[in-house]
Amino acid sequence: MTTFEAPRVEVVENALEPDSQIQPRRRVKRKTVNTLIWFVVLLAMTAIVLYPLVWLVFASFKPSSEFGSNPGLIPESPTVDNYFKVIEGIGGTPLWQFFANSFFIAIMAVIGTLFSSALAAYAFARIKFRGVGLLFAAMIGTLLLPFHVIMIPQYIIFNKLELVDTYVPLILPKFLATEAFFVFLIVQFIRNIPRDMDEAARIDGAGHLRIFFSIILPLIKPALITSAIFTFIWTWNDFLGPLLYVNSPEKYPLPIALRLYNDATSTSDYGATVAVSFLALLPILIFFIVFQRFLVAGVATQGLKG
Amino acid sequence: MRQSRRDESRKLPSSAGRRAAARRETAAGYGFLIPWLIGFAGLTLGPMIYSLYLAFTKYNLFTEPEWVGFDNFVRMFTDDPNYIQSVQITLVYVLVGTPIKLAAALAIAMLLNYRDVGSGFFRSSFYAPSLIGASVSVAIVWRAMFSTGGPVDNSLSLFGINLGGWVGNVDLVIPMMILLAVWQFGAPMVIFLAGLKQIPQELYEAAEVDGAGPVRKFRSVTIPMLSSVIFFNLLLEMINAFQVFTSAYIISNGSGGPAGMTNFYTLYLYKRGFADLQMGYASAMAWVLVIAVAIIAFILFKTQKSWVHYAGENR
Repeated sequence: MTTFEAPRVEVVENALEPDSQIQPRRRVKRKTVNTLIWFVVLLAMTAIVLYPLVWLVFASFKPSSEFGSNPGLIPESPTVDNYFKVIEGIGGTPLWQFFANSFFIAIMAVIGTLFSSALAAYAFARIKFRGVGLLFAAMIGTLLLPFHVIMIPQYIIFNKLELVDTYVPLILPKFLATEAFFVFLIVQFIRNIPRDMDEAARIDGAGHLRIFFSIILPLIKPALITSAIFTFIWTWNDFLGPLLYVNSPEKYPLPIALRLYNDATSTSDYGATVAVSFLALLPILIFFIVFQRFLVAGVATQGLKG
Repeated sequence: MRQSRRDESRKLPSSAGRRAAARRETAAGYGFLIPWLIGFAGLTLGPMIYSLYLAFTKYNLFTEPEWVGFDNFVRMFTDDPNYIQSVQITLVYVLVGTPIKLAAALAIAMLLNYRDVGSGFFRSSFYAPSLIGASVSVAIVWRAMFSTGGPVDNSLSLFGINLGGWVGNVDLVIPMMILLAVWQFGAPMVIFLAGLKQIPQELYEAAEVDGAGPVRKFRSVTIPMLSSVIFFNLLLEMINAFQVFTSAYIISNGSGGPAGMTNFYTLYLYKRGFADLQMGYASAMAWVLVIAVAIIAFILFKTQKSWVHYAGENR
């Protein structure tokens, strides 16, 4: 396999902004107008991009009869009935149960990913040993490998072990660092930490375990937070995994439960489907609003530093 | 004399000591890698080898796999119109959707890079769809938005365009899926934006002195300086696009309809494997996907010499 080279871009101190120089008045005025146009254009784009989400929120307060008859965004006779209806749940399982299932799987996935990815990333970034280059290439290779090629054998293995319809197939892989994205993300982060401190600790006789726990781990907190949020959100959204492995409705996480609402009610009860879709997105949206800084930084890092 | 020898011995330990230290490093390295190694061997490499074997068999999960040689592959390309259709629509989705998505990502990134007013808000708003785009909720929203009498249908009819619902329309359902993918331009946009911020301003100033207009500056400064980031985004987005599943499943209720137009590669693979229990055939399909992804990655890596410019190389 060709060695994978992430794009390298040198960090360059920002050159003097042209704005900082004193400029003729007219020029300043034109600049302000340009900025205003620019701002309005971006605001319009934001409105378009966020429209589906806004629509979802408003639609969840529309009675089902209004779907199709009221093309507007605002409900004519707003109601919270949709929410009361979906909270009851479906097929004898209350809605909170699906939420609890999703939370359980996502939190276990976060713990597993942080633990296993940080360990692996430290080995790749800081320990020099025979075969590290080859193993690192293999890890990067799995980043590009379609999941579908291992999906069938994994299913057969878990089926033979009689672990289908448990959460083990969804959680165990996270404890084994199978999500290369996070290993890579943390490796990139560790490489940017100056080696001075851990080298000093090594000269003082500290072993790798000690360096990892008392020096590196506290320093990579931002990368760990980013990985934790991504893991949570991806696991929360994951549809294919639970579709394969979870059969009992009372064990369903939200995405699969959502399908039930959607199938059973497809045209007749749009209101309920939309309301439950919004409820399922809500934790992610809250997470996103609180932690967006880390997420955006995480994506940018992943693409840039090599 | 004695002094210098002692210094030397401190710097270079005996070869036996060096070997012991190297052994300790190796032990530590593999020690830290234990979870990853188990996962890689047991959940990635092992399953890959097994799946390669299955690709040459007929296997329904209950009886033993039966060796059939290249039958699965031959059947795929000569005797399975659904497969051919699935390949066609997936290729359209990847080859049309990815460039549009990246163009949108680059255009918005350049807009955002132009001024710094409210950049945090804009960046986050544009990024949000990337985070939730693959969820069931969004697929449900998309289906509702593009249905007959839905918001999209309605606003288009204001302009006198009456397309009706997109979901059940064989001609419009792929464009609808592409729009869903393009809507998630935020992730590549964030990467473009970070790349744009690292282009030295002097290059633009120098170009301006040479009389370059905006188009020329874009072609001769932005694109070359950003080429490594374009390459990275192109590779990842294409590979991701090949694997579209959740939205196709939800929008078509798992059927791949209308008329197979949302029967994307991985949805068809899933149906063959887990609905029809043709595990051998599905494994063969998965390997064709791996080969396709590998070929695309190979071509991109091979051609990158001619168009990708890495900082620090001779210009």
